[in-house]
Amino acid sequence: MKTVYARPKLLKEAHFHYCPGCGHGVVNRLLMEVIEEMDLAGDAICVAPAGCGMLLYNYFEIDVVEAAHGRGAAVATGVKRVRPRNLVFSYQGDGDLAAIGAAEGLHAANRGENITVIFVNNGVYGMTGGQMAPTTLLDQVTTTTPTGRDAALAGHPVRICEVFSMLDGASYLERVAVNRPAAVVKAKKAIAKAFRRQLDGAGFSLVEILSPCPVNWKMGPLEACRWIDEVMVKQFPLGVFKEVPC
Amino acid sequence: MSGNAALAEAAILSGCTHYFGYPITPQNELTEYMAMRMPGAGGVFIQSESEIAAINMVLGASVAGARSMTSSSGPGMSLKQEGVSYLVADELPAVIVNMMRGGPGMGNISAAQSDYFQATRGGGHGDYRTVVLAPGSVQELTEVVPLAFDLADKYRSPVIILGDGMLGQMMEPVDFDGLVRPADYDKSWALTGARGRPAQAIHSLIFDTRLQEEHNWKLQRKFRLIERDEVRYETYLADDAEMIVVAYGSGARIARGAIKRLREENLKVGMIRPVTLWPFPMKALQEMAKTVRDFFVFEMSAGQMVEDVRLALEGQGRIHLYGRPGGVVPTPVELYRIVSRHYHQAR
Repeated sequence: MKTVYARPKLLKEAHFHYCPGCGHGVVNRLLMEVIEEMDLAGDAICVAPAGCGMLLYNYFEIDVVEAAHGRGAAVATGVKRVRPRNLVFSYQGDGDLAAIGAAEGLHAANRGENITVIFVNNGVYGMTGGQMAPTTLLDQVTTTTPTGRDAALAGHPVRICEVFSMLDGASYLERVAVNRPAAVVKAKKAIAKAFRRQLDGAGFSLVEILSPCPVNWKMGPLEACRWIDEVMVKQFPLGVFKEVPC
Repeated sequence: MSGNAALAEAAILSGCTHYFGYPITPQNELTEYMAMRMPGAGGVFIQSESEIAAINMVLGASVAGARSMTSSSGPGMSLKQEGVSYLVADELPAVIVNMMRGGPGMGNISAAQSDYFQATRGGGHGDYRTVVLAPGSVQELTEVVPLAFDLADKYRSPVIILGDGMLGQMMEPVDFDGLVRPADYDKSWALTGARGRPAQAIHSLIFDTRLQEEHNWKLQRKFRLIERDEVRYETYLADDAEMIVVAYGSGARIARGAIKRLREENLKVGMIRPVTLWPFPMKALQEMAKTVRDFFVFEMSAGQMVEDVRLALEGQGRIHLYGRPGGVVPTPVELYRIVSRHYHQAR
């Protein structure tokens, strides 16, 4: 009998703490699949965030350091500058990268730091219970925008790929999603490309992943996946925003 | 050499390979020296986008097993406290330099000792301490640097070097000949990629309340060990003294000048100069209190170190305080007059 689907060996046999329908589990699995397929288990060092991705060391069979909220790109910089031949990536949510850690992320990109940022954008602060994120859409209801996000009061959703694409140091920026099988395949390819480019010394890469958060969006899992296609991609269009030849 | 440059050179000679910093006066000579010297020494220098980024880069470099360092002054040290707390919790070595200036707020760039509490009480969130080394001369700056890296590696915890604008910017002859690079400690805990060993993690998130407390007790046991074994201080003309001045860093230099004058008038005044502000030389002060009644605390802050002196003496002796907060640096003559007055009043 041929095995067509199995747990990647690098994904520990632990129960995810993620809520039902959450996209983090898919992203976690993709990362371990890619690292396994590229045979990088002995080289990879992951920088985990504060937020929903904070327990990555419970799931990943690779070295993991946990950074303070927002500091992933700075910690990854320190690690990479000591071990330039290792694959170093930080895993960050929208609050982590686009709000409290905006400076660290932007300047790592601007330095052309040879690291990869896996940026999970679900438009909401998940771990703390559904508050507004910098990527929350206008009119989107969260616990801190109870009547919907009002631009006059809370500003506009931050488009990280678009902003970072203006930085000369950024080498590869792509926005993908994990809401449909075809999108998941694309997301995996983007992650693999970012890692390959890092190993080739191409400089800063970032893969932004639109990810469903049904619990905090107050939707069913399927509805959340559809909402990404129908609403979220209008603010956050998918595609490659920058790819410097290497 | 300036104290700042001497400190940077001493760090490189001590095996520091990674320096991350953000400009702030009065420690810029240190950052600039690192920018000039580090690449040639085979190390890494990055001017970070903020103090917060710098301390987190230090944390990352330490995670990967390197001797790493950052430096700053008051306002920047406030920003670094988040990272210091994580370094302690993660049990990561690092050396952090604070060339103190007058505060609070923006303050100014003249020398002060206003960050004593911040340095000796932990400084960031959580229940912790960091070793604090307070050198009193440019030569001593170069001596505490290898010690700082050694203690950081030995205890897997950040060490703070507490200087001030005067010490950092004054020029004095320096001899690096005696500087021995601290031995390397086992760093099998470092993250290097899980090649030939199981994957490992460095984190301070501990969900289980009992495990969190256990981790805290582990840190506390380490702090007790440091208190037992790592106290360092120097005495000056203390053997026959009837009044002991307690002062550190630049304050101790000023006090030394004052004491020389007092001795010329046959006033029996000596000094104890804590080199480790934490752990504080509690026992040494208690011993002195058996024969000395008067302790004169002099600090370039309104009254921070005096609290440790009170804790050490536990009600023995009489404590006099001359604390001048950030702004004007007191002169030896000024201190001489005040100590002299207290000395005569005490008799």
